[in-house]
Amino acid sequence: MDAWYFTEMPYPHLPPPESYPSDRVSLSNAVFDPEIGADLYNRYLDEYVIADDLGLNLMLNEHHQTPTCLDPAVPLTAAILARETAKGRILVLGNPVANRADPVRIAEEMAMVDCISRGRLDAGFVRGVPYELFASNTNPTQTMERLWDGLELILKAWTTRDGPFNYEGPHWHKRSVNIWPTPYQQPHPPVWTTGSTDGPNIDRVAKRGFHFASFLQPHERVRVLFDRYRAAALDGPELATRRLGFMPLVAVGETDAEARERAEKLRWFIRSKVAPQFRNPPGYVSLDLNIRALKGQFQGRTAAIRQESTDVLIDKGVIMAGTPDQVVAQVERFFERTGGFGHLLMMLQAGFMDHEETVRNITLFAKEVYPRIRHLAGGKDDRGATQTARAGQG
Amino acid sequence: MADNNSGNVEFLKIEDVDLEVERRGAGPPLVLLDDEEGLTRESPLVDELAKSFEVIIPSTPGFGRSSRPDWIETMDDIAYLMLDFLDATGVEDATLIGFSLGGWIAAEMATKNVTRIGRLALIDPYGIKVRGPWDRDTQDIWFLTKEEVQVLKYADPKNGDIDYTEMPDEKLEVIARNRESFARFCWQPYMHNPKLKRRLHRISIPTLVIWGAADGVITTDYGKAYAGEIPGARFEVIENGGHFPHLEQPELFWEVLGGFLADAQQAA
Repeated sequence: MDAWYFTEMPYPHLPPPESYPSDRVSLSNAVFDPEIGADLYNRYLDEYVIADDLGLNLMLNEHHQTPTCLDPAVPLTAAILARETAKGRILVLGNPVANRADPVRIAEEMAMVDCISRGRLDAGFVRGVPYELFASNTNPTQTMERLWDGLELILKAWTTRDGPFNYEGPHWHKRSVNIWPTPYQQPHPPVWTTGSTDGPNIDRVAKRGFHFASFLQPHERVRVLFDRYRAAALDGPELATRRLGFMPLVAVGETDAEARERAEKLRWFIRSKVAPQFRNPPGYVSLDLNIRALKGQFQGRTAAIRQESTDVLIDKGVIMAGTPDQVVAQVERFFERTGGFGHLLMMLQAGFMDHEETVRNITLFAKEVYPRIRHLAGGKDDRGATQTARAGQG
Repeated sequence: MADNNSGNVEFLKIEDVDLEVERRGAGPPLVLLDDEEGLTRESPLVDELAKSFEVIIPSTPGFGRSSRPDWIETMDDIAYLMLDFLDATGVEDATLIGFSLGGWIAAEMATKNVTRIGRLALIDPYGIKVRGPWDRDTQDIWFLTKEEVQVLKYADPKNGDIDYTEMPDEKLEVIARNRESFARFCWQPYMHNPKLKRRLHRISIPTLVIWGAADGVITTDYGKAYAGEIPGARFEVIENGGHFPHLEQPELFWEVLGGFLADAQQAA
């Protein structure tokens, strides 16, 4: 089991929630104070470095037009961490390919980060959550095809050594692709993606051997996704399991009370307020789900989770919170209930959790929990002998 | 979709698209391109038209129960396909009427080929960019709340209340498909074809543009500019009518449309 430290880099200093309809997309950036922003960026990066020192891997993502995530350009933070850290792997989960103008530029950015970090990059690619479409203006009915077409183009750009090659597809035209640099890892960094409702997409991800991650879903749901992945993988369920990742909110405390208090602060992230029309732009989810939406039975993929109590969310595995013993037990229980997975992606910081508290959460996890769950899923993820050997030279 | 008052429904193969086509009434051909919500075909207006015309209502690709292959991406694709549809039906001197998105498609068709079209009526059509890059010509119906959109779309917002909870799945599926296809074709460029405005001058048949005075999504000024690009087009405004003036003010609407159709038939 590999564990990854993650924060969405929130800007929590917001007006009262009843004073605005949505913190995503439309909350005025007049609220943003660049002085506070500067402090937050530097603090969050410091905390990533501390997590790295304590032996955790590092996960980053990007969002746009939202105080829930101050990182709108994940290649920038990945590049900073490539220089400022020395040990942990850096997972970008992910590059919003469907919403980016040029996949080849993403291939270049990721190759550069991979070289600077001497092969510590795990490169994820996502179609983006529904709210993103208002910032990017991507057609909501085309996110999956743009993700896959873009990903194929990136893989081709990474691996072609006898280029330039040309590409004239439905979404992008390229005259002569021949990227400098190539990735440090050969043939390319491990590829990740995410998913929640689209079964055939999981089959496709599994057959390609890409890593697959699910965020903040209850264990019953995760079990369905992970089993589908395992069944479709070409190299058997055991190796497939090592490529699966799950992200809960994680709060570790010396006492249960301390952990619970921290968990409430982490819940800031799922309390985030999103106007209904931003949660489900037409065509983003399947017709079946939209038929349920018309009946009032579906309000976006995360709406149900947002309303549950902390106790229920702990039972579902969406939050893991408690003393080290309790969190170890919760990870083991989730592992058991979902048939196993290789990567625990942890939101260990959110909302108003300050530096001291965040470092304490990271430290307790790294020292008291991580050593006791590492053996799950057969130890470290096997990313392929070539990649590991090459990274080891650095 | 038509309910109790539906006429004959068949599927026609146009290229690789299975096109749902409904026919009602008898007389000279009138091709009606429905609005994106499929509301018009269920309105009494169709019964009125069916008294003197054979009303032909094709569902454009992705709407109603018509298929939507991936290659159908733009209004150009749809307009050419619908011209192929006119060829397949063999209509002559047809009256073409389009509502909202259907009006946009009708305008696109008429800029390309009017061989089979004798006259054109557009009701609150989307489709053009009137002002500059910083101006919002069409209010963003996907960015606003459902309630805000209803206020913009209707003279009386209550007229937009629809209870979906009791509808059969078959009907909800059509509504969900309509919404998805609407976004597929109109998300970006938002509700317009940047080329259409410069093509409208090619429309060489008698044209009537009708606008709801209370349409807050695309205003009367937009409508005037639209009509102004079509040589000789008549522009009529329906008081207390919103984006669907024929639904909110059926009598006033019929006076205008009925008059145009009678004049046109006399002239023909």
